[in-house]
Amino acid sequence: MTRALQSLRMVFFPADGKGIPVGVFVIIVAFMVLVAGLAPLLAPVDPNTQNLMGRLKPPGTVARGTLFVLGSDELGRDLLSRLMYGARVSLSVAFLSVLLSGLVGTVLGMVAGYKRGWVETVIMRVVDIFLSIPAILLAIITVAVLGPGFVNVILVLALTRWPRYARVAYGQTLSVANMPYVRLSTAMGASWVRILALHIFPNIIAALSVVATLEFGLMVLFEAGLSFLGLGVQPPTASWGAMLSVGRNYVSNAWWIATFPGICLFLLVLSVNLIGDRLSDYLNPKSR
Amino acid sequence: MTSFLLRRLGQSLVALFGVMTLVFFIQRLTGDPTYLLVPETATQEDIEAMRHALGLDRPLFVQYVDFFRDTLSLDFGKSFIQNVPVTTIIASRLPYTLELAAGALLVAVVIGVPLGLLLALAQKKFWTNGLMGIVLAAQSMPTFWSGILMILLFGVSLGWLPPSGSGSFAHLIMPSIALGLLSMATYARIMRSSVLDELSKDYIRSARARGVKTRRLVIRHLLRNSAIPVISITALEISQLLAGAVIVETVFAWPGLGLLTVQSVVSRDFVVVQGVVLLGALVTILMNFLADILYSFVDPRIRLDGTGG
Repeated sequence: MTRALQSLRMVFFPADGKGIPVGVFVIIVAFMVLVAGLAPLLAPVDPNTQNLMGRLKPPGTVARGTLFVLGSDELGRDLLSRLMYGARVSLSVAFLSVLLSGLVGTVLGMVAGYKRGWVETVIMRVVDIFLSIPAILLAIITVAVLGPGFVNVILVLALTRWPRYARVAYGQTLSVANMPYVRLSTAMGASWVRILALHIFPNIIAALSVVATLEFGLMVLFEAGLSFLGLGVQPPTASWGAMLSVGRNYVSNAWWIATFPGICLFLLVLSVNLIGDRLSDYLNPKSR
Repeated sequence: MTSFLLRRLGQSLVALFGVMTLVFFIQRLTGDPTYLLVPETATQEDIEAMRHALGLDRPLFVQYVDFFRDTLSLDFGKSFIQNVPVTTIIASRLPYTLELAAGALLVAVVIGVPLGLLLALAQKKFWTNGLMGIVLAAQSMPTFWSGILMILLFGVSLGWLPPSGSGSFAHLIMPSIALGLLSMATYARIMRSSVLDELSKDYIRSARARGVKTRRLVIRHLLRNSAIPVISITALEISQLLAGAVIVETVFAWPGLGLLTVQSVVSRDFVVVQGVVLLGALVTILMNFLADILYSFVDPRIRLDGTGG
């Protein structure tokens, strides 16, 4: 137990004194998750309540009895409340799409790496094909077919991103599959499902978790990007990307609408990326 | 070498074939692609007529073969909204995107490469941490936010540059920077690790031992050898930039392919979206091919299987 705590401390607060300890970023992400989870309790007002007398009010204004801590948007909705609810969209879309694409990609990658032969050829060729279409374009054309919305965005992101995991799982499986204990258990007649689940998966999950962390940051950006383009989560649901898109139109007279969601997005993505980097350093000591 | 070229070409053709198949199936994800092609106001008869006119009531296999034939002859169909061939629409917007991508690449290389070199040579100085922080920040900055911030600062507050649109060189500056920042970070990182890699090699040590001046060492040896990964990453960055243009063009109302794509999704002009996607995939496959070829020319140890020789 103490050893586990020690190694956790080494990951998050390394003693080499390089820049800001990554624990700070873990706290930022944890804080955002907490705010997102408790948004209904924390938000000062309902995020979708319009207040047409209180449109485009700068931060700190009181209009008709409501204090707009971070200002209000073009329909007089409270920006702070919308930011809190927007965190829910960003985090849940990113989490669910990482989970779905990770699951599909990992299973296919492991099967390709373990079964070899034509299964390997087919799966890895399909991976190449998916990676040949720039991700944002693949996402856009799929949204154009399925239509926008919360569930569809998750499906689209999963469809676009599974090849990343498949590649990593495939490479890792290839190197683990030849280990003596795997060969032994094959010889003893274990089924391939059992071998993949019990012997290979536990050995490749570390590498996959680094990919998943970095992908999480990317998925937050993708969701925001799609919502910014009007192809993501639809109004009136609050999403940081959609708020930025509105903010762009009011950039000359209401700077706060685009500024605060931008800061949140930037902080979240930066924190997740740094955590991913540190995790990867920790798991591959050679790359340090 | 020839067999490597042929095998790599074969891989690219398989990828191209696969991309077309994938797009064909994505069209049919909801069952009937006719609904993607008709305006929302269309009546049931209109839909039937359209389905027949487009041959979407024929067997799937026949449609598949037709789709291939048309796409390979660069016939991406005709926009129903604008009643113009998709190729014509794309051709009218392409120059804007190329201009933007060129500007962004210039920003990325001119800032990123020297920055990477500096970071590698001046390791462990107090200010390198700060510079590395900037590189990391550039990687986590959503382009639609950095774009808006620039519009706010240089377009609105200071009034130095036009906030959006196109027409003059001044219009190109902010979109190029917004799009180039991410690639800049990539260049800086690759250049840094590439130079660090070279620095640890024997020929550099022996040159230092012979008393070669640092400046000469950097220019004559270091830059040349660490340029290899930087050059080959350029081919890959170009397709990244074309994809990134979708968002940047929307932010700055830059009338290129990216803005066209978004407008076409909104106005339900599916054929145009599909044309841009196919073009994007073609460019990506081509650039990946070029990057590999370039790499293997510069460094003959690298061949298709990646084992080296």
